[in-house]
Amino acid sequence: MKQDNHGKNHKYGMVIDLDKCTGCGSCMVACMSENNVPFKEDETRKKDSITWMRVYKLTNGKPFPETEICYMPRPCMHCGGKGDHGHSPCVSVCPAVATDYDHSTGIVSQIYTRCFGCRYCMGACPYHVRYFNWWDPKWPEGMENYLSPDVSPRMRGVVEKCSFCFHRYQQAKDRAYVEEREEIEEQEYQTACTQACPAGAITFGDLNNPDHAVHQMVKPDPHACGKPRNPKAFRLLERLETNPKVYYISERDWVRKAGDNYLEGEWEKVKNNHDKGHE
Amino acid sequence: MKVDRRSFLGLGLGAAAGVAVTPATWKLMDDSSIWTQNWPWTPVPPAGEATYDNTVCSLCPGNCGIMVRKIDGRPVKIEGRSDYPVNAGGVCLHGISAIQYLYDPSRIKAPLKRENDTFVEITWDEALDMVAERLTEIRASGSADKIACVTDQTKGTIPGLFARFLKATGSNNVYAMDTMEKTWEITLEKIHGGRSSAGFDLENSDFVLSFGAGLIEGWGSPVKNFKINSSRKERGSTLVQVEPRLSNTAANADVWIAAKPGTEADLALGIAGVIIKESLFNSAFVTASGKGFQELAAVLGKNYSPEAVAQTTGVKAAKIIEIARDFARSSAPIAIAGRGRGMSAGSVREFSAVHLLNCIVGNINTKGGVWTLAAQDYEKWPAVEMDDLATAAFEQAPLDSAGSMAGLFTNAGKEKNIEALLIHQANPCFALGDAGSVTEAVKKIPFVVSFSSVMDETTQEADVILPGHMLLERLEDRPSGAGVAQRVTGLSRPVIEPLFNTKNPGDTLLELARKMEGTIGASFPWESYEECLEAVTGDLWAELSDQGYAAETATPPGGGVKVDFSFIVKSQAPVEMEGEAKDFPLVLVPVDNVRISAGSLISSPFAIKTVSDNVLKGKDLLVEINPETARANKLSHGDLAVIETPKGKATVRVNLFEGIMPGVVAMAKGLGHVLDNNKYVGGKGVNINELMGPIVDPVSGLDAAWGIRARLSRA
Ligand code: SF4
Ligand code: SF4
Ligand code: SF4
Repeated sequence: MKQDNHGKNHKYGMVIDLDKCTGCGSCMVACMSENNVPFKEDETRKKDSITWMRVYKLTNGKPFPETEICYMPRPCMHCGGKGDHGHSPCVSVCPAVATDYDHSTGIVSQIYTRCFGCRYCMGACPYHVRYFNWWDPKWPEGMENYLSPDVSPRMRGVVEKCSFCFHRYQQAKDRAYVEEREEIEEQEYQTACTQACPAGAITFGDLNNPDHAVHQMVKPDPHACGKPRNPKAFRLLERLETNPKVYYISERDWVRKAGDNYLEGEWEKVKNNHDKGHE
Repeated sequence: MKVDRRSFLGLGLGAAAGVAVTPATWKLMDDSSIWTQNWPWTPVPPAGEATYDNTVCSLCPGNCGIMVRKIDGRPVKIEGRSDYPVNAGGVCLHGISAIQYLYDPSRIKAPLKRENDTFVEITWDEALDMVAERLTEIRASGSADKIACVTDQTKGTIPGLFARFLKATGSNNVYAMDTMEKTWEITLEKIHGGRSSAGFDLENSDFVLSFGAGLIEGWGSPVKNFKINSSRKERGSTLVQVEPRLSNTAANADVWIAAKPGTEADLALGIAGVIIKESLFNSAFVTASGKGFQELAAVLGKNYSPEAVAQTTGVKAAKIIEIARDFARSSAPIAIAGRGRGMSAGSVREFSAVHLLNCIVGNINTKGGVWTLAAQDYEKWPAVEMDDLATAAFEQAPLDSAGSMAGLFTNAGKEKNIEALLIHQANPCFALGDAGSVTEAVKKIPFVVSFSSVMDETTQEADVILPGHMLLERLEDRPSGAGVAQRVTGLSRPVIEPLFNTKNPGDTLLELARKMEGTIGASFPWESYEECLEAVTGDLWAELSDQGYAAETATPPGGGVKVDFSFIVKSQAPVEMEGEAKDFPLVLVPVDNVRISAGSLISSPFAIKTVSDNVLKGKDLLVEINPETARANKLSHGDLAVIETPKGKATVRVNLFEGIMPGVVAMAKGLGHVLDNNKYVGGKGVNINELMGPIVDPVSGLDAAWGIRARLSRA
């Protein structure tokens, strides 16, 4: 099978089953704990509440008792950009190359020491996954003892976001190298949120690898920049051609419809018909 | 639809196009990068060797297996243990937060004694002497039966040591919170006779009819139930949720039935009526095991027709019939009760009406059914030695005859005074209904001893604090939690030396007993808690210490059960809410939010961070109401409002949510903690227990309050 993947490159991605997600929030806390995400006294101003992984609550908007809700976990989408060439919205605007597209993994990095806080990337990201450090992080005395050395704590003035737990990839690679293996196994590199989710709603792996669960779940179309061929799968704002590597699955029509903005009557034409592109 | 998709998606649209890439010179950027790279004030976590230790989470009755990731021996992260039979790798956010509980600087770091309005640090020896002397005095004055102890649960060797200590001093006043587990025990006893606890084989059931049980809100063993729920579709199992509000469980269920709050029992009886009338019940089982079935059938036929029940519950008659048929035609249907997390007791009428459904389909002690499990009995305690004082005092009636913790504090300050109170992992001044009165009652108790390492609302009232180790520092057996069919006893073990001058409460009790000498000292012959645990767990110890848990194979208990249907006919008075409808037109119901811990565990900063701004905004709690209720009360989203009940009033904000029944006000449990030195968690929101009081269930004597009448007006 020919893949749009520059040889042997990986394309790490995530599939989130929205019918399984219970909104429990384990993924959010697993992420905060894994990645040294700080907390402050008031975290209820959600715009500056740093949550690399955030679970949104969507409703179908119908009155009682026809109401339905759906929880939508939202990490960074690790966009491949138009044509899937690595020109993610954020990467293309960063003047400092502080955020970059890694072609060997498809992961969009964030290098804090390069970031000088212009926040262009925040404006560019259509998914609100980026957060600016308006303050220096401060852990109550003694709590800095739980900080992990694998991820550097950020400082005032820089932008941060989900890294697909890239340090875990590096650790897995290192282990493989020591054991003289070329490749790492599917289970060797899993993100913290995936690992923690009690409902098993998150699946993580290499979208380019037909043996990986993520590939089998969404059946990405190599000729359409990875658009899902599974009619129950979708990506957020598909039509922006940001080519996210995070896919969502739901049996519910209204949930899939919530993944993009549609004109009146338009949704009826496109639903369950992901093969037809919209150029 | 507040954090709705429009605001979620809308804000960023066009921004990409709008941002122009400045042609800043690369030199300038390089300079600023170098300049911004000097951050000596951000912590640099020391690197080191990474290791993992297994233990068992003891923060809730779920008892999940966890792994603690350590760097150079320093715990840095909690993950789920994937080879553990309860949670198989998953872990809830409170478990992950154990890392914050461990290092929390607001912990109590050494023994304290009260001096006027402050606490002063004392040595362990002084603290234990104080407690031993005072308890000895109380015993000498003939009031040993006025010593009481409140704990989080009654199972396990640490609660076992507390009960033993009290017995040796001469008191049978050990109380745990009033929970659904107790109500289930009483219900099973009334219907089947004999003591047993309820286990629900949800994993193998193909139809779960839940009367408000928050299966994904943290009911019973939370992560286990999350897992069972998420495999529901693959297993072809149906979940029907009865609840006046679209909880997460209701939202995830196949069918949501919005019955009026407080009418769950009526709905269950109506469904049972249809099953009997249409002869869909298991007649072989009912004839073989049942007593009083005909009378019951007659009562249901007369008073609980679908039409009559539709009137009471607001659920359409056709729907009642449909659910009844689907339930009875399933091969392994289960009906469950116990609202939200199941941390409140509920009424016996409701539980027995729900359990009637299990009885008439004969799904008791079968695969995928409800199991009547014998008490767990791995603890082998030697007999307690009692002197004459102890023997005489132990014979006295307990301070609350029903064994209700709510009852204990309602009685306190009336004719039966508590002389001394020992508190272990319980926070009655916060978690019991009418918290204000409970606090008053505790203030009147002459001698209060807390074993907590957290300055919670009850510990603030203590005279002496003997701080305990936290989860990751602590050795403890964890018997299986509420509502599970498969029993797994876990072993929590220390993964780090205690950070502060705290002790395992087991050791504290051993030392205290020794200081009290005589038969009390003699009743505690072990050198250390570890030795005691090893001795008392006996045969189980090898397995426990070896793999960290001991699991029983999950097979239904053998032998037939008897069913006394006449009990269900007898217990018919519903537990009414406090208040008059004319003064208080709305109904306030407490809601368990999975991201907020309630009961004795206080939420972590991590957990509070995940709470929606539709639940907590700044320091204000938001109550959830239907837009229709808002219109009727002239309120809009975000408004400040005053909520008043017969018990109290509070200022809150309003959150409009379509998924709640008009006329009902929902309020999250577990907020409104007063924690002076923890600004990340304390001082946020309102404690619902200040607005609600206990209501004594006529059968069980436990607190059966499920809501209270209320009114809401613009502040
Ligand atoms: S941990 Fe899983 S179930 Fe819980 S909110 Fe995250 S994705 Fe959803
Ligand atoms: S989601 Fe946002 S931050 Fe992540 S790659 Fe896409 S544009 Fe960049
Ligand atoms: S992938 Fe890692 S960094 Fe991203 S949300 Fe999940 S836990 Fe956080």
